[in-house]
Amino acid sequence: MSDLLELEGVHADIGQHRILQGVSLRVRPDTVTVLLGRNGAGKTTTMRTIMGVLRPRRGAIRFDGRPIHELRPHAIARLGIGYVPEGQGIFATLTVEENLRVAMLVEDADSRERMRRVLALFPDLARFGGARAGTLSGGQKQMLAIGRALVNPARLLLIDEPSKGLAPIVVEHLIDALRALKAHATVVLVEQNFHMASRLGDDCYVMDDGRTVHAGPMAALAADAALKRRYLGI
Amino acid sequence: MNPERVKRLVGPLLGLALLLLPLLAIEPRPWLTLTVAGLAMGMLIFLVAAGLTLIFGLMDVLNFAHGALFSWGAYAGFTVMLLVDRRWGWAASPSVLANAGLVLLAVAGAAVVALTLGVVLERVVVRPVYGQHLFQILITLGATIVLEELIRIVWGPNDQVMSVPAALQGSWDVADVVVLRLPVAAIGLGLAVYVGMRWLLDRTRVGLIVRAGVENNEMVQVMGHDVRRYFTGVFAAGSALAGLGGLMWGMFNQSIRPSMGGEQLIFAFIVVIIGGLGSVTGSLVGALLVGLSYNYVAYLVPKAAIGVTMAIMVLVLLARPTGLFGSGK
Repeated sequence: MSDLLELEGVHADIGQHRILQGVSLRVRPDTVTVLLGRNGAGKTTTMRTIMGVLRPRRGAIRFDGRPIHELRPHAIARLGIGYVPEGQGIFATLTVEENLRVAMLVEDADSRERMRRVLALFPDLARFGGARAGTLSGGQKQMLAIGRALVNPARLLLIDEPSKGLAPIVVEHLIDALRALKAHATVVLVEQNFHMASRLGDDCYVMDDGRTVHAGPMAALAADAALKRRYLGI
Repeated sequence: MNPERVKRLVGPLLGLALLLLPLLAIEPRPWLTLTVAGLAMGMLIFLVAAGLTLIFGLMDVLNFAHGALFSWGAYAGFTVMLLVDRRWGWAASPSVLANAGLVLLAVAGAAVVALTLGVVLERVVVRPVYGQHLFQILITLGATIVLEELIRIVWGPNDQVMSVPAALQGSWDVADVVVLRLPVAAIGLGLAVYVGMRWLLDRTRVGLIVRAGVENNEMVQVMGHDVRRYFTGVFAAGSALAGLGGLMWGMFNQSIRPSMGGEQLIFAFIVVIIGGLGSVTGSLVGALLVGLSYNYVAYLVPKAAIGVTMAIMVLVLLARPTGLFGSGK
């Protein structure tokens, strides 16, 4: 089966700083691909470049065989790519329900049905539907951020550090929720929490200094202590 | 009482106290006249500030040319009124319908001209400098000079006398207090614009996306919404409001001049900062605060009037750096 997402030698800059210096990766359909690496390795920049927020200086990004690196962010999202950014990116002054509604590309019966499914998956969101999103706990905000990406028929979900700053018990709940997601979409997950990454990932890429330095099955990396020590310091 | 409820009552009670405070130094009759004039001035500033705050909040654009659109709206409305009045004599007509028709045509002319100029300005001048504040200030100041000079070329450099329809001239006598009709009309218009904007922002999907965009426009884009389209729409609507404000300001003062927009822009920026970036309600409250305090202080200590509005801005920023209703973006 052909890859759903492919990055080929992607270089991207932020201002004068060269952040990505040759990122190549392939994401198979119906898998969870984990991007690992130390802080500053370029994981978040990779996600933002895929979404079109940053334009690559060199290289190509293809989604379902179609080049997308020259498209604008809204056009990329409309191809069926959902994005959950680091720090959640929720709209704090809008209510929980409004946050879900604003994420819908069109407000029709299908999207409202998907919203009902999201609320069933995350009952806390249903409970606080009328509350301002800024008043939610860290875990609830993360649920909302993920829920927003699910109100459209996403084929690919890019999720950036969902466990960051969350209590262990909340992370466990999050792992369950992300497992449930695997049935609906292909996932690219940036994660510093190796325990979580190893439980969810099928494939993994390790990034260092703006480059992909290792690719392979997640299980193989989990079993390779030398590689983990070298690139992840664990 | 519920602490949340108490918290919600603090703002209105504080506003009421501030409104009544000048009664310690001003007789009730002039106080009422000044209050009506202050509310009208506030509403007219609100028309300019409401557009500015959305453009500032959603697009992060410092549009110093907003004042020039205010002037263009005033001149466009003035021209429509002049032409219609010359043809049919609607300004001096005793018929309220003819007067209303004249104002509506002038409003349409002011809004359409300012909206069109706003769209051209956004596409040609502002779009290349998104995200670059210094360039935005320089290029929109440059656009202001060009637009004001164009007014001088078309209408001449001197002040023009703006005619006011008969129905809006004169006053009502309310319990021995003279209440001018035009300020009351300005208050009504300002309230109608506020209610319309709140409805649009709170009850429609476009409003929901704009509110989200004010908070985080990058996130709105990655959700699949073409923010540029919304940018152009908001810029156009903000420009139309500036044009409407210019026309009403011209009628209020019964004269217009090419530099009038630049003079009002300082008030509009103060109001946007007091109210909080991107907040329409903040703009309304800030504009009323500025309009009322300006009128009260101008009556008591004329030379301190502008200084007091600056002092209010400083005090608000010290107490709440994001402005009264700012989200802290």
